[in-house]
Amino acid sequence: MTAIFDEELNALKEKILKLGCMVENAIRDSVKALVERDSELSKEVIKKDHLINALDVGIDEECVRLIALRQPMARDLRFITTAMKITTDLERMGDFAVNIAERAIELNEEPQLKSFVNIPKMAEIAQSMVRDALDSFVTGCSRLPYEVIKRDDEVDDLTVRNFEELLGLMIQDPKIIPLAVKRTYIAKYLERIADHATNIAEMVIYLCKGKMIRHMELPESE
Amino acid sequence: MVEEKNIFGIREFSIYYVDFTAVKNVNLDIETNKITAIIGPSGCGKTTLLRSLNRMNDLIITCRVTGQVLFRGVDIYHRDTDVIELRRRVGMVFQKPNPFPSSVYENVAYGPKIRGIKKKSELDEIVEKALIRAGLWKEVKDKLNESGLSLSGGQMQRLCIARSLAQQPEVLLFDEPTSALDPISTANIENLLQELQKTITIVIVTHNMQQAARISNYTAFMYLGELIEFGDTDTIFVNPQNKLTEEYLTGRFG
Repeated sequence: MTAIFDEELNALKEKILKLGCMVENAIRDSVKALVERDSELSKEVIKKDHLINALDVGIDEECVRLIALRQPMARDLRFITTAMKITTDLERMGDFAVNIAERAIELNEEPQLKSFVNIPKMAEIAQSMVRDALDSFVTGCSRLPYEVIKRDDEVDDLTVRNFEELLGLMIQDPKIIPLAVKRTYIAKYLERIADHATNIAEMVIYLCKGKMIRHMELPESE
Repeated sequence: MVEEKNIFGIREFSIYYVDFTAVKNVNLDIETNKITAIIGPSGCGKTTLLRSLNRMNDLIITCRVTGQVLFRGVDIYHRDTDVIELRRRVGMVFQKPNPFPSSVYENVAYGPKIRGIKKKSELDEIVEKALIRAGLWKEVKDKLNESGLSLSGGQMQRLCIARSLAQQPEVLLFDEPTSALDPISTANIENLLQELQKTITIVIVTHNMQQAARISNYTAFMYLGELIEFGDTDTIFVNPQNKLTEEYLTGRFG
Protein backbone atom coordinates (compact mmCIF):
# COMPACT_ATOMS: atom_id res chain seq x y z
CA MET A 1 0.00 0.00 0.00
CA THR A 2 2.82 2.39 0.84
CA ALA A 3 4.13 2.82 -2.70
CA ILE A 4 0.68 3.53 -4.10
CA PHE A 5 -0.17 5.86 -1.25
CA ASP A 6 3.09 7.76 -1.73
CA GLU A 7 2.25 8.19 -5.41
CA GLU A 8 -1.21 9.45 -4.48
CA LEU A 9 0.24 11.94 -2.00
CA ASN A 10 2.68 13.17 -4.64
CA ALA A 11 -0.11 13.52 -7.16
CA LEU A 12 -2.07 15.52 -4.59
CA LYS A 13 0.93 17.76 -3.98
CA GLU A 14 1.29 18.36 -7.71
CA LYS A 15 -2.37 19.29 -8.01
CA ILE A 16 -1.95 21.86 -5.24
CA LEU A 17 1.09 23.29 -7.00
CA LYS A 18 -0.82 23.49 -10.26
CA LEU A 19 -3.64 25.32 -8.49
CA GLY A 20 -1.07 27.61 -6.89
CA CYS A 21 0.41 28.39 -10.30
CA MET A 22 -2.99 29.21 -11.76
CA VAL A 23 -3.79 31.49 -8.83
CA GLU A 24 -0.41 33.26 -9.01
CA ASN A 25 -1.01 33.90 -12.70
CA ALA A 26 -4.51 35.20 -12.03
CA ILE A 27 -3.19 37.67 -9.43
CA ARG A 28 -0.34 38.79 -11.68
CA ASP A 29 -2.62 39.22 -14.72
CA SER A 30 -5.34 41.05 -12.83
CA VAL A 31 -2.86 43.60 -11.49
CA LYS A 32 -1.20 43.90 -14.92
CA ALA A 33 -4.62 44.47 -16.49
CA LEU A 34 -5.22 47.24 -13.97
CA VAL A 35 -1.87 48.98 -14.28
CA GLU A 36 -1.68 48.66 -18.08
CA ARG A 37 -5.41 49.40 -18.52
CA ASP A 38 -5.85 46.15 -20.44
CA SER A 39 -9.54 45.13 -20.15
CA GLU A 40 -9.04 42.14 -22.46
CA LEU A 41 -6.58 40.67 -19.96
CA SER A 42 -9.11 41.32 -17.18
CA LYS A 43 -11.70 39.35 -19.09
CA GLU A 44 -9.22 36.48 -19.49
CA VAL A 45 -8.74 36.33 -15.71
CA ILE A 46 -12.50 36.29 -15.13
CA LYS A 47 -13.02 33.66 -17.82
CA LYS A 48 -10.39 31.31 -16.39
CA ASP A 49 -11.66 31.38 -12.80
CA HIS A 50 -13.89 28.34 -13.32
CA LEU A 51 -10.74 26.26 -13.91
CA ILE A 52 -9.46 27.26 -10.47
CA ASN A 53 -12.83 26.40 -8.92
CA ALA A 54 -12.93 23.00 -10.62
CA LEU A 55 -9.42 22.10 -9.45
CA ASP A 56 -10.27 23.23 -5.91
CA VAL A 57 -13.26 20.85 -5.85
CA GLY A 58 -11.15 18.07 -7.38
CA ILE A 59 -8.50 18.44 -4.68
CA ASP A 60 -11.09 18.39 -1.90
CA GLU A 61 -12.66 15.24 -3.31
CA GLU A 62 -9.25 13.59 -3.59
CA CYS A 63 -8.46 14.46 0.05
CA VAL A 64 -11.74 12.96 1.27
CA ARG A 65 -11.08 9.84 -0.80
CA LEU A 66 -7.59 9.44 0.67
CA ILE A 67 -8.88 9.88 4.23
CA ALA A 68 -11.58 7.27 3.64
CA LEU A 69 -9.49 4.68 1.82
CA ARG A 70 -5.99 5.12 3.22
CA GLN A 71 -6.87 6.16 6.78
CA PRO A 72 -3.80 8.36 7.04
CA MET A 73 -2.04 8.97 10.32
CA ALA A 74 0.62 11.22 11.78
CA ARG A 75 2.37 13.30 9.09
CA ASP A 76 0.21 11.88 6.27
CA LEU A 77 -2.91 12.97 8.13
CA ARG A 78 -1.49 16.44 8.69
CA PHE A 79 -0.44 16.64 5.04
CA ILE A 80 -3.94 15.86 3.78
CA THR A 81 -5.73 18.18 6.19
CA THR A 82 -3.24 20.90 5.28
CA ALA A 83 -3.91 20.28 1.58
CA MET A 84 -7.66 20.67 2.16
CA LYS A 85 -7.20 24.02 3.87
CA ILE A 86 -4.61 25.30 1.42
CA THR A 87 -6.85 24.62 -1.55
CA THR A 88 -9.64 26.68 0.02
CA ASP A 89 -7.25 29.58 0.60
CA LEU A 90 -5.99 29.39 -2.97
CA GLU A 91 -9.49 29.32 -4.40
CA ARG A 92 -10.40 32.44 -2.40
CA MET A 93 -7.31 34.20 -3.74
CA GLY A 94 -8.51 33.36 -7.24
CA ASP A 95 -11.83 35.04 -6.43
CA PHE A 96 -10.01 38.18 -5.28
CA ALA A 97 -8.03 38.21 -8.55
CA VAL A 98 -11.39 38.15 -10.33
CA ASN A 99 -12.57 41.06 -8.16
CA ILE A 100 -9.44 43.04 -9.07
CA ALA A 101 -10.03 42.25 -12.76
CA GLU A 102 -13.65 43.45 -12.50
CA ARG A 103 -12.61 46.73 -10.85
CA ALA A 104 -9.91 47.11 -13.51
CA ILE A 105 -12.52 46.91 -16.28
CA GLU A 106 -14.62 49.56 -14.53
CA LEU A 107 -11.63 51.83 -13.90
CA ASN A 108 -10.37 51.44 -17.47
CA GLU A 109 -13.56 53.11 -18.70
CA GLU A 110 -12.74 56.22 -16.68
CA PRO A 111 -9.79 58.60 -17.04
CA GLN A 112 -6.66 57.55 -15.11
CA LEU A 113 -6.81 59.06 -11.63
CA LYS A 114 -3.07 58.99 -10.98
CA SER A 115 -0.43 56.39 -11.55
CA PHE A 116 -0.48 53.37 -9.29
CA VAL A 117 2.34 53.23 -6.76
CA ASN A 118 1.24 51.23 -3.75
CA ILE A 119 -0.89 48.69 -5.59
CA PRO A 120 1.86 47.14 -7.77
CA LYS A 121 4.11 47.00 -4.71
CA MET A 122 1.41 45.30 -2.65
CA ALA A 123 0.73 42.89 -5.49
CA GLU A 124 4.42 42.06 -5.72
CA ILE A 125 4.70 41.28 -2.01
CA ALA A 126 1.42 39.33 -1.98
CA GLN A 127 2.56 37.24 -4.95
CA SER A 128 5.91 36.53 -3.33
CA MET A 129 4.05 35.43 -0.20
CA VAL A 130 1.89 33.01 -2.18
CA ARG A 131 4.93 31.63 -3.99
CA ASP A 132 7.02 31.20 -0.85
CA ALA A 133 4.14 29.72 1.14
CA LEU A 134 3.67 27.07 -1.55
CA ASP A 135 7.42 26.52 -1.85
CA SER A 136 7.60 25.84 1.87
CA PHE A 137 4.68 23.42 1.52
CA VAL A 138 6.63 21.50 -1.09
CA THR A 139 10.17 21.66 0.21
CA GLY A 140 9.33 20.88 3.81
CA CYS A 141 10.25 22.53 7.02
CA SER A 142 12.34 25.69 6.96
CA ARG A 143 12.28 29.33 8.03
CA LEU A 144 10.31 30.23 4.92
CA PRO A 145 6.75 30.04 6.31
CA TYR A 146 7.78 32.30 9.21
CA GLU A 147 9.15 34.87 6.72
CA VAL A 148 5.86 34.76 4.82
CA ILE A 149 3.89 35.51 7.98
CA LYS A 150 6.13 38.48 8.80
CA ARG A 151 5.75 39.92 5.29
CA ASP A 152 1.98 40.20 5.85
CA ASP A 153 2.65 43.27 8.02
CA GLU A 154 4.21 45.09 5.05
CA VAL A 155 1.07 44.53 3.01
CA ASP A 156 -1.10 45.73 5.88
CA ASP A 157 1.00 48.92 6.18
CA LEU A 158 0.73 49.59 2.46
CA THR A 159 -3.05 49.11 2.62
CA VAL A 160 -3.28 51.81 5.27
CA ARG A 161 -0.90 54.12 3.41
CA ASN A 162 -2.84 53.65 0.18
CA PHE A 163 -6.08 54.50 1.92
CA GLU A 164 -4.69 57.62 3.57
CA GLU A 165 -3.30 58.84 0.29
CA LEU A 166 -6.60 58.34 -1.51
CA LEU A 167 -8.51 59.91 1.37
CA GLY A 168 -6.41 63.07 0.96
CA LEU A 169 -7.26 63.16 -2.74
CA MET A 170 -10.97 62.60 -2.08
CA ILE A 171 -11.06 65.50 0.40
CA GLN A 172 -9.44 67.78 -2.16
CA ASP A 173 -11.75 66.71 -4.96
CA PRO A 174 -14.95 64.85 -4.04
CA LYS A 175 -15.65 64.17 -7.74
CA ILE A 176 -13.03 61.43 -7.74
CA ILE A 177 -14.65 59.53 -4.85
CA PRO A 178 -16.19 56.78 -7.05
CA LEU A 179 -12.80 56.03 -8.61
CA ALA A 180 -10.85 56.34 -5.40
CA VAL A 181 -13.21 53.98 -3.56
CA LYS A 182 -12.62 51.35 -6.23
CA ARG A 183 -8.91 51.76 -5.73
CA THR A 184 -9.28 51.23 -1.99
CA TYR A 185 -11.25 48.06 -2.79
CA ILE A 186 -8.38 46.78 -4.88
CA ALA A 187 -5.91 47.40 -2.07
CA LYS A 188 -8.25 45.53 0.26
CA TYR A 189 -8.41 42.57 -2.15
CA LEU A 190 -4.61 42.39 -2.20
CA GLU A 191 -4.48 42.68 1.55
CA ARG A 192 -6.90 39.73 1.78
CA ILE A 193 -4.79 37.72 -0.68
CA ALA A 194 -1.80 38.25 1.62
CA ASP A 195 -3.93 37.06 4.56
CA HIS A 196 -4.72 33.83 2.72
CA ALA A 197 -1.01 33.36 1.95
CA THR A 198 -0.41 33.80 5.68
CA ASN A 199 -2.99 31.07 6.37
CA ILE A 200 -1.10 28.74 4.06
CA ALA A 201 2.19 29.48 5.82
CA GLU A 202 0.55 28.80 9.18
CA MET A 203 -0.76 25.46 7.93
CA VAL A 204 2.72 24.55 6.65
CA ILE A 205 4.04 25.15 10.16
CA TYR A 206 1.28 22.85 11.44
CA LEU A 207 2.30 20.24 8.88
CA CYS A 208 5.92 20.41 10.06
CA LYS A 209 5.48 20.80 13.79
CA GLY A 210 2.01 19.50 14.53
CA LYS A 211 1.14 22.78 16.26
CA MET A 212 -1.60 25.19 15.29
CA ILE A 213 -0.17 28.69 15.53
CA ARG A 214 -3.16 30.55 14.12
CA HIS A 215 -4.44 33.49 16.17
CA MET A 216 -1.29 33.48 18.29
CA GLU A 217 1.80 35.59 18.53
CA LEU A 218 4.25 34.35 15.94
CA PRO A 219 6.76 32.08 17.66
CA GLU A 220 10.40 32.45 16.69
CA SER A 221 11.30 29.75 14.21
CA GLU A 222 13.84 27.18 15.26
CA MET B 1 -10.69 4.88 49.30
CA VAL B 2 -8.98 7.38 47.08
CA GLU B 3 -8.02 5.78 43.75
CA GLU B 4 -4.35 6.09 42.87
CA LYS B 5 -3.78 7.79 39.55
CA ASN B 6 -1.75 4.86 38.24
CA ILE B 7 -2.79 1.29 38.92
CA PHE B 8 0.41 -0.15 37.45
CA GLY B 9 3.92 1.22 37.65
CA ILE B 10 6.31 -0.70 35.42
CA ARG B 11 9.89 0.06 36.50
CA GLU B 12 13.09 -0.77 34.60
CA PHE B 13 11.38 -3.96 33.60
CA SER B 14 13.00 -6.55 31.32
CA ILE B 15 11.83 -10.00 30.27
CA TYR B 16 14.20 -12.71 29.00
CA TYR B 17 13.61 -16.04 27.30
CA VAL B 18 16.92 -17.88 27.86
CA ASP B 19 19.32 -15.59 25.92
CA PHE B 20 16.68 -13.54 24.13
CA THR B 21 15.58 -10.23 25.67
CA ALA B 22 11.91 -9.84 24.73
CA VAL B 23 11.26 -6.67 26.73
CA LYS B 24 14.08 -4.21 27.43
CA ASN B 25 14.11 -1.89 30.40
CA VAL B 26 10.55 -0.61 30.08
CA ASN B 27 9.27 2.20 32.28
CA LEU B 28 5.54 2.79 31.96
CA ASP B 29 2.63 3.89 34.12
CA ILE B 30 -0.86 2.52 33.48
CA GLU B 31 -3.53 4.99 34.57
CA THR B 32 -6.49 3.76 36.60
CA ASN B 33 -9.80 3.40 34.73
CA LYS B 34 -8.34 4.35 31.37
CA ILE B 35 -7.72 2.33 28.23
CA THR B 36 -4.05 1.94 27.37
CA ALA B 37 -3.22 0.43 23.98
CA ILE B 38 0.09 -1.23 23.18
CA ILE B 39 0.98 -1.26 19.50
CA GLY B 40 4.00 -2.34 17.51
CA PRO B 41 5.11 -4.82 14.86
CA SER B 42 5.00 -8.59 15.43
CA GLY B 43 7.68 -9.73 17.84
CA CYS B 44 8.15 -6.32 19.45
CA GLY B 45 7.36 -7.68 22.90
CA LYS B 46 3.93 -6.15 23.37
CA THR B 47 2.12 -9.41 24.16
CA THR B 48 4.99 -10.50 26.42
CA LEU B 49 4.71 -7.22 28.32
CA LEU B 50 0.92 -7.58 28.57
CA ARG B 51 1.19 -11.14 29.87
CA SER B 52 3.71 -10.06 32.49
CA LEU B 53 1.09 -7.82 34.12
CA ASN B 54 -0.70 -10.81 35.69
CA ARG B 55 2.31 -13.14 35.55
CA MET B 56 0.98 -15.33 32.75
CA ASN B 57 4.62 -15.56 31.66
CA ASP B 58 5.29 -17.68 34.75
CA LEU B 59 3.81 -20.55 32.75
CA ILE B 60 6.81 -20.36 30.40
CA ILE B 61 9.59 -22.12 32.21
CA THR B 62 12.51 -20.34 30.51
CA CYS B 63 11.08 -16.89 31.15
CA ARG B 64 12.79 -14.65 33.70
CA VAL B 65 12.33 -10.99 34.57
CA THR B 66 14.26 -8.12 36.12
CA GLY B 67 12.88 -4.84 37.41
CA GLN B 68 9.50 -4.27 38.98
CA VAL B 69 5.83 -4.29 38.12
CA LEU B 70 4.04 -2.39 40.86
CA PHE B 71 0.33 -3.15 41.11
CA ARG B 72 -1.26 -0.62 43.44
CA GLY B 73 2.23 0.04 44.74
CA VAL B 74 3.16 -3.60 45.44
CA ASP B 75 5.65 -5.52 43.30
CA ILE B 76 3.79 -8.49 41.79
CA TYR B 77 7.08 -10.32 41.25
CA HIS B 78 7.78 -10.40 44.97
CA ARG B 79 7.92 -13.98 46.26
CA ASP B 80 4.98 -13.40 48.63
CA THR B 81 2.60 -12.57 45.79
CA ASP B 82 -0.51 -14.77 45.64
CA VAL B 83 -0.52 -15.34 41.89
CA ILE B 84 -4.01 -16.85 41.81
CA GLU B 85 -5.41 -13.78 43.57
CA LEU B 86 -3.38 -11.53 41.27
CA ARG B 87 -4.96 -13.17 38.22
CA ARG B 88 -8.42 -12.70 39.74
CA ARG B 89 -7.77 -9.00 40.17
CA VAL B 90 -6.03 -8.69 36.79
CA GLY B 91 -7.97 -10.76 34.27
CA MET B 92 -7.09 -11.60 30.71
CA VAL B 93 -9.03 -12.05 27.49
CA PHE B 94 -7.28 -13.68 24.55
CA GLN B 95 -7.19 -13.31 20.81
CA LYS B 96 -9.18 -16.46 20.08
CA PRO B 97 -12.40 -16.80 22.10
CA ASN B 98 -11.77 -19.75 24.44
CA PRO B 99 -14.90 -20.61 26.45
CA PHE B 100 -14.74 -23.74 28.57
CA PRO B 101 -16.48 -26.73 26.97
CA SER B 102 -19.41 -26.31 29.33
CA SER B 103 -22.66 -24.36 29.50
CA VAL B 104 -22.88 -20.59 29.23
CA TYR B 105 -23.88 -20.51 32.91
CA GLU B 106 -20.99 -22.73 34.04
CA ASN B 107 -18.48 -20.66 32.10
CA VAL B 108 -19.36 -17.58 34.11
CA ALA B 109 -20.01 -19.35 37.43
CA TYR B 110 -16.71 -21.27 37.31
CA GLY B 111 -14.53 -18.58 38.88
CA PRO B 112 -16.93 -17.65 41.70
CA LYS B 113 -17.43 -21.35 42.50
CA ILE B 114 -13.68 -21.85 42.82
CA ARG B 115 -13.61 -18.84 45.12
CA GLY B 116 -16.03 -20.77 47.32
CA ILE B 117 -19.41 -19.29 46.47
CA LYS B 118 -21.87 -22.17 46.63
CA LYS B 119 -25.32 -20.64 47.09
CA LYS B 120 -27.33 -21.03 43.89
CA SER B 121 -29.15 -17.69 44.26
CA GLU B 122 -25.87 -15.87 44.78
CA LEU B 123 -24.27 -17.55 41.78
CA ASP B 124 -27.34 -16.79 39.66
CA GLU B 125 -27.01 -13.14 40.53
CA ILE B 126 -23.29 -13.01 39.74
CA VAL B 127 -23.81 -14.78 36.40
CA GLU B 128 -26.65 -12.48 35.39
CA LYS B 129 -24.76 -9.34 36.39
CA ALA B 130 -21.61 -10.41 34.56
CA LEU B 131 -23.54 -11.30 31.41
CA ILE B 132 -25.39 -7.97 31.54
CA ARG B 133 -22.13 -6.06 31.91
CA ALA B 134 -20.64 -7.99 29.02
CA GLY B 135 -23.67 -7.00 26.89
CA LEU B 136 -24.59 -10.64 26.35
CA TRP B 137 -27.51 -11.23 28.71
CA LYS B 138 -30.32 -10.48 26.25
CA GLU B 139 -28.85 -12.86 23.71
CA VAL B 140 -28.22 -15.82 26.03
CA LYS B 141 -30.70 -15.56 28.90
CA ASP B 142 -32.84 -18.29 27.35
CA LYS B 143 -29.94 -20.60 26.62
CA LEU B 144 -27.86 -20.48 29.76
CA ASN B 145 -27.63 -24.27 29.75
CA GLU B 146 -26.46 -24.54 26.18
CA SER B 147 -22.78 -25.03 25.46
CA GLY B 148 -20.65 -21.89 25.44
CA LEU B 149 -19.08 -23.27 22.27
CA SER B 150 -22.42 -23.06 20.44
CA LEU B 151 -22.33 -19.25 20.43
CA SER B 152 -21.07 -17.05 17.57
CA GLY B 153 -17.47 -15.79 17.64
CA GLY B 154 -18.42 -12.35 18.95
CA GLN B 155 -20.74 -13.87 21.56
CA MET B 156 -18.04 -16.31 22.69
CA GLN B 157 -15.63 -13.42 23.15
CA ARG B 158 -18.20 -11.52 25.24
CA LEU B 159 -18.78 -14.74 27.21
CA CYS B 160 -15.04 -14.80 27.97
CA ILE B 161 -15.29 -11.17 29.08
CA ALA B 162 -18.29 -12.06 31.29
CA ARG B 163 -16.26 -14.94 32.74
CA SER B 164 -13.54 -12.46 33.70
CA LEU B 165 -16.05 -9.92 35.04
CA ALA B 166 -17.57 -12.52 37.38
CA GLN B 167 -14.21 -12.41 39.20
CA GLN B 168 -14.67 -8.68 39.87
CA PRO B 169 -11.31 -7.74 38.38
CA GLU B 170 -9.70 -4.32 38.74
CA VAL B 171 -7.83 -4.63 35.48
CA LEU B 172 -8.60 -6.51 32.26
CA LEU B 173 -5.82 -7.34 29.83
CA PHE B 174 -6.88 -7.87 26.23
CA ASP B 175 -4.61 -9.58 23.71
CA GLU B 176 -5.96 -8.67 20.25
CA PRO B 177 -9.51 -9.46 21.36
CA THR B 178 -11.18 -8.69 18.03
CA SER B 179 -8.72 -9.96 15.44
CA ALA B 180 -10.86 -13.06 14.85
CA LEU B 181 -14.15 -11.11 14.72
CA ASP B 182 -16.22 -9.40 12.01
CA PRO B 183 -16.66 -5.58 12.06
CA ILE B 184 -20.04 -5.68 13.86
CA SER B 185 -18.79 -7.97 16.65
CA THR B 186 -15.67 -5.81 16.81
CA ALA B 187 -17.78 -2.67 17.28
CA ASN B 188 -19.75 -4.46 20.04
CA ILE B 189 -16.55 -5.34 21.87
CA GLU B 190 -15.13 -1.84 21.42
CA ASN B 191 -18.31 -0.27 22.82
CA LEU B 192 -18.16 -2.73 25.67
CA LEU B 193 -14.55 -1.83 26.49
CA GLN B 194 -15.44 1.84 26.65
CA GLU B 195 -18.32 1.04 28.97
CA LEU B 196 -16.17 -1.18 31.21
CA GLN B 197 -13.47 1.46 31.37
CA LYS B 198 -15.65 3.48 33.74
CA THR B 199 -14.96 0.93 36.48
CA ILE B 200 -12.07 -1.20 35.22
CA THR B 201 -8.62 -0.36 33.93
CA ILE B 202 -8.02 -1.80 30.48
CA VAL B 203 -4.77 -2.63 28.71
CA ILE B 204 -5.13 -3.83 25.14
CA VAL B 205 -2.62 -5.16 22.65
CA THR B 206 -3.80 -4.63 19.11
CA HIS B 207 -2.47 -4.89 15.58
CA ASN B 208 -5.37 -2.76 14.43
CA MET B 209 -4.09 0.78 14.77
CA GLN B 210 -7.49 2.27 13.97
CA GLN B 211 -8.82 0.32 16.92
CA ALA B 212 -6.16 1.78 19.21
CA ALA B 213 -7.01 5.23 17.84
CA ARG B 214 -10.75 4.68 18.32
CA ILE B 215 -10.87 3.42 21.86
CA SER B 216 -7.71 4.13 23.83
CA ASN B 217 -6.80 7.08 26.03
CA TYR B 218 -3.08 6.32 25.93
CA THR B 219 -0.94 4.54 23.40
CA ALA B 220 2.41 2.86 23.87
CA PHE B 221 4.50 2.04 20.81
CA MET B 222 7.04 -0.78 21.17
CA TYR B 223 9.77 -1.90 18.84
CA LEU B 224 12.37 -4.66 19.33
CA GLY B 225 11.43 -5.01 22.98
CA GLU B 226 11.78 -1.32 23.76
CA LEU B 227 9.10 1.18 24.61
CA ILE B 228 9.74 3.79 21.93
CA GLU B 229 7.00 6.28 22.65
CA PHE B 230 4.14 6.61 25.10
CA GLY B 231 1.56 9.37 25.31
CA ASP B 232 -1.99 10.57 24.78
CA THR B 233 -3.53 8.65 21.91
CA ASP B 234 -4.39 11.98 20.22
CA THR B 235 -0.77 13.04 20.22
CA ILE B 236 0.60 9.67 19.14
CA PHE B 237 -1.69 9.43 16.12
CA VAL B 238 -1.67 13.05 14.98
CA ASN B 239 1.77 14.26 15.95
CA PRO B 240 4.10 11.53 17.18
CA GLN B 241 7.43 12.80 18.42
CA ASN B 242 9.57 9.80 17.56
CA LYS B 243 10.59 9.04 13.99
CA LEU B 244 10.08 5.28 14.45
CA THR B 245 6.52 5.82 15.68
CA GLU B 246 5.84 8.08 12.71
CA GLU B 247 7.21 5.51 10.25
CA TYR B 248 5.24 2.67 11.83
CA LEU B 249 1.94 4.57 11.87
CA THR B 250 2.29 5.75 8.29
CA GLY B 251 3.27 2.28 7.05
CA ARG B 252 6.78 3.33 6.00
CA PHE B 253 8.58 1.05 8.39
CA GLY B 254 12.05 -0.32 7.73
